[in-house]
Amino acid sequence: MSQKNEWPLWEIFVRGQHGLAHRHVGSLHAADAEMALNNARDVYTRRNEGLSIWCVPAAAITASAPSEKGPLFEPSNSKVYRHPTFYDIPKEIGNM
Amino acid sequence: MYAQMVKATGKGVKTREQMDENERHFQDRIDNDIKIEAKDWMPEGYRKTLKRQISQHAHSEIVGQLPEGNWITRAPTLERKTILLAKVQDEAGHGLYLYCAAETLGISRDEMTEQLLSGKAKYSSIFNYPTLTWADMGAIGWLVDGAAIMNQVPLQYCSYGPYARAMVRICKEESFHQRQGFDIMNVLAKGSEAQKAMAQDALNRWWWPALMMFGPSDADSVHSAQSFAWNIKQNSNDELRQKFVDQTVPQAEFLGLNVPDSDLKWNDKKNGYDFGAINWDEFFAVIAGDGPCNKERLGARQKAWNDGAWFREALIVNAEKRAACKQAAE
Repeated sequence: MSQKNEWPLWEIFVRGQHGLAHRHVGSLHAADAEMALNNARDVYTRRNEGLSIWCVPAAAITASAPSEKGPLFEPSNSKVYRHPTFYDIPKEIGNM
Repeated sequence: MYAQMVKATGKGVKTREQMDENERHFQDRIDNDIKIEAKDWMPEGYRKTLKRQISQHAHSEIVGQLPEGNWITRAPTLERKTILLAKVQDEAGHGLYLYCAAETLGISRDEMTEQLLSGKAKYSSIFNYPTLTWADMGAIGWLVDGAAIMNQVPLQYCSYGPYARAMVRICKEESFHQRQGFDIMNVLAKGSEAQKAMAQDALNRWWWPALMMFGPSDADSVHSAQSFAWNIKQNSNDELRQKFVDQTVPQAEFLGLNVPDSDLKWNDKKNGYDFGAINWDEFFAVIAGDGPCNKERLGARQKAWNDGAWFREALIVNAEKRAACKQAAE
């Protein structure tokens, strides 16, 4: 059971029926891209969940590190003016 | 449950004063229902306990295919056969979702497989009982999947993100399993005398093992406190077992079948059923490897793994060869 023979890990993304973007649904092991697609179909779309599948080698994903959470995301906390609810619109105007 | 008797590591639950800064921050996140993700800092004990719990859960799904796989070729109708095939396929899927969740904690799929095949890792005691008649397919769906749902629904809200997300998918699919099982029982219970007797016999054989699925009594469950604190266990074993009995007894009455427990009695005071003592010697024997089918189940998994070795290797070699050809062509 040598480690080097373990099939690589793939991350699976599925686009559903309603025009939304592909969404990460999980991962699986497969020897190559073709097999990853076949396995993804069996593992993640048994109940009509999808119209399109993306398989991405897990090793190819660049992810932000948890330790960068502060510098990356905190600056947007103070920018409340980026949200529509920041602005008071006079009642007379109605919906905007 | 599907992960019975998971040993939590560590020596009891630490007080806030005993925790270091990382541990305190970690516990605060859990107490505030913020999910822990794979790359976040976590105590070694949390990681180890979850590796055990999730891999046991995954192994149970995979080994759980065997008792039902036994009846696919002998299902009474083509419709029942397609339903059973779909159900067993779901179990394989559930195992795969869970293996992936465990892998995020830093254990490889092959390591987990090795632990299952060597007997080091456990799987649920329930799958070490034989499936003797078609009615067992009904009893398993109704009772075993019914018991599993009780435990899995709260796990959707557990603290570890990848585990919780796997449970969401599993719970969506699990309801079909229980209902198809009840449907099998319902048809048999309304059938001929022989069919009804077959349903009763299945209930007789599966009732007690189903109650054992929830694990030892709280009094003997030494690892619960830490798992509660980490929010990877939300209900005590006895609490879930009681809930299961209260939910299932009226369903058995509807079927016109007798629950095989002479001590079973409604208790107004606790608004639930009192039930008889569970044979824990049997439970511990089955968990330790001495159940009726332990050897057969592990033997089947070992055979599948060994017989498939050439295939796994061939596909890797093929993938490498094709990648090399593609590169040469570019």
